[in-house]
Amino acid sequence: MTAIALRGLNIAYAGTPVVRDVTLDVAEGESFALVGESGSGKSTVLKAITGLAPEWTGSIEVLGRPAAHHPDRKLARVVQMVFQDPYGSLHPRKTVDAVLTEALAIHGIGDRDARVEAVLRDVGLDRRFRFRYPHQLSGGQRQRVAIARALVLEPRILLLDEPTSALDVSVQAEILNLLKRLRAEHRLTYLLVTHNLPVVSFMCDRVAIMNRGRVVEIAPAAALHDGEFQDSYSRQLYAASGGNSPMESAGR
Amino acid sequence: MSARDWLLDESPTSRWQAGAGRAYAAARLLLRNPLAVVGGGIILLLVLTAALAPLIAPESPLGQNLSNRLLPPSSAHWMGTDELGRDIFSRVVFGARITLMIVVLVAVISAPLGMIVGAVSGYFGGWTDRVLMGLTDIFLSMPKLILALAFAAALGPGIENAVIAIAITTWPAYARISRAETMTWRNSEFVAATRLLGASHARIIGRHILPLCASSTIIRVTLDMAGIILTAAGLGFLGLGAQPPLPEWGAMISRGRTFILDQWWVATMPGLAIILVSLGFCFLGDGLRDALDPKGQAKS
Amino acid sequence: MTAPLLSVRDLRVSFPRRDGGRINVVDGLSFDLGRERLGIVGESGSGKSMTGRAILRLVRPPGRVEASRLAFEGEDLTTLSERRMRALRGARISMVMQDPRYSLNPVMTVGRQIAEALRVHTPLGRAATRARVLQMLQDVRINDPERVAAMYPHEVSGGMGQRIMIAMMLIPRPSLLIADEPTSALDVSVQAQVLGLMDSLVRGNGMGLILISHDLDLVARYCDRILVMNAGRVVETCEARRLGEATHPYTRGLLAAVPRMRETRAELPTLDRRAWEGT
Repeated sequence: MTAIALRGLNIAYAGTPVVRDVTLDVAEGESFALVGESGSGKSTVLKAITGLAPEWTGSIEVLGRPAAHHPDRKLARVVQMVFQDPYGSLHPRKTVDAVLTEALAIHGIGDRDARVEAVLRDVGLDRRFRFRYPHQLSGGQRQRVAIARALVLEPRILLLDEPTSALDVSVQAEILNLLKRLRAEHRLTYLLVTHNLPVVSFMCDRVAIMNRGRVVEIAPAAALHDGEFQDSYSRQLYAASGGNSPMESAGR
Repeated sequence: MSARDWLLDESPTSRWQAGAGRAYAAARLLLRNPLAVVGGGIILLLVLTAALAPLIAPESPLGQNLSNRLLPPSSAHWMGTDELGRDIFSRVVFGARITLMIVVLVAVISAPLGMIVGAVSGYFGGWTDRVLMGLTDIFLSMPKLILALAFAAALGPGIENAVIAIAITTWPAYARISRAETMTWRNSEFVAATRLLGASHARIIGRHILPLCASSTIIRVTLDMAGIILTAAGLGFLGLGAQPPLPEWGAMISRGRTFILDQWWVATMPGLAIILVSLGFCFLGDGLRDALDPKGQAKS
Repeated sequence: MTAPLLSVRDLRVSFPRRDGGRINVVDGLSFDLGRERLGIVGESGSGKSMTGRAILRLVRPPGRVEASRLAFEGEDLTTLSERRMRALRGARISMVMQDPRYSLNPVMTVGRQIAEALRVHTPLGRAATRARVLQMLQDVRINDPERVAAMYPHEVSGGMGQRIMIAMMLIPRPSLLIADEPTSALDVSVQAQVLGLMDSLVRGNGMGLILISHDLDLVARYCDRILVMNAGRVVETCEARRLGEATHPYTRGLLAAVPRMRETRAELPTLDRRAWEGT
């Protein structure tokens, strides 16, 4: 089954077109990457799927159901998103517990105590962190909380918007491992937006490369191993990311 | 484990402990500021005086004794007596009740009103914002005292109407503050994330935006208290606030004005009370700003 | 060998802690820098940025800088008056910051800002200044210097902004350039251009360069020597070419934690911090 189907998607911001004619399918259980430089419109695609960028035309289907032009309560149980900035994505005056409990309260889900404990365990935070405020957490811990918030409603699809680009490399490794493990354990579908090709190589099955609002190429992630891209922009991006460097081929 | 350790525990084990720890940290920051402590002390004194007025005041605030007219301050009458022979100290003590009532009522009416208008306006933007802010600007552009005067005159003199009049003139400032605050948070990722959880706009404004506007509004309200007291006193002075024989400080000054040259204490004593309480609120407001400011707290 | 360009011995930067004590964010750092390219690598909180700021005495109170020796071209920076220090900053040591959008004055044209940087340190005639500015813009490979000089910072892209910053920093011909994460706000394709440019200018003018970054690969590519910092201390010094042979578990851990383009590992190794922090 297709998890996310985009057909001829055009997205605008205050009248200015940002994304043009994007068509792609993400299969259920797949980990799919959207790659591009800043201004390529890759994050905007995620926002349109969730309804945060309402000015779109074309069609968006999530698990066979058409998506709305605004954030949708029903959709929330199926699709959740993890944001880039671990400092901006948590309310500064709310404890970890309050953030997670609220998600459950909105949907009237019971047994909240047990669920909060379970999801914290799932993202590798022990119970000491449950009643802390964001300012008492490190960047990596905050990102784990953001992932927990996305998971607590037990969605089937996770949209990841540069989830590790604000983190140190050692913390990035921890979060990437966590995301990989969670996908296997919960059979999640990932749509990952990033500018970091090696992260795609580690995390994803397929990759769409975007340039100036268009998808220029969709390739299997294995193409990153040998740089076999059809499009000239893709090859350029690959080279700039150090794809052809001798250090990489030596495998260090 | 001492109570202090419990409060400062980096890993609280309950919602209650986390909240208490936060309040404790803010209180400690507040207590480190000497001016804030002085201000807090004055406000505490005001509250205690109001609560225990019958025990503190040596005489009734209303009882007249024409044989004791216009006595200067002495050991029998610490602040002297007025033109009807009433003990001014007792009247000032009972006046604390009226002042406190005005201040609390104005805060309770105008702060939430202003915050909600501002948050709604800033959160939705567009037409909502233009209409609500237009309304706010209309109120903001009118001189406070004059507007209060007009309201008090239209509604009739009296404390309740004075409170309503003052509340109507103060909320626009809080609307402006919380709108500005809301605009800085509106596009933040945590608001987007909460919307994606399925939260309604009302829930986001009520549970996420308003708590963030609260601290700056509390600071502003505290700083405005002095002005509110002065406006109330001004209305009283002009005869549009509390009516005689109520011991409202502004009205007392107004009465004492007639004797200001020969019997200075009649107008001066309630005047001193106004200055003291106004100062108290100003000091406390400045201290609160340092203690509650989210940016300041993030650093520590 | 002649005296080093910059000589640092036992540099400490400390900040007050809540309980009244002080915490060293840079803790006993020593190195010598010749006319070479030195990379300082570390994660956030390692003290790498504070090191750069401490050299220029840009650490604001309550931060405190101490060093048994901090000499630049034989001059002791710790005892220099604030006025002399100001004359030295920009003229002989320059610093390029992370995000050009915050480092440029938004209400002044690019050309004027660069001219300003030059005028403060080398008074020249109006025509001569203008010629130098345009030449400098050309040096940072801006094709149309006349047009760019008349633009305001919000009109230029991130990559061009950073090139303008570099032009501004290099126009007084300093002998040392400190670049603190100069490209982390830029796209990968622009990163390579900016760094390549900085590299050729530094080498062409025989300057010293301190490149501060969290990115090991990047530093390895553009530097001669690398200091790896962790928790305020240098854990390892090595030649950039031999980074692959690094021995310290922290360096090795950092290298291994980066995903690779040809990734085949099912899981990335994570740092076991207990291994060297001795707790």
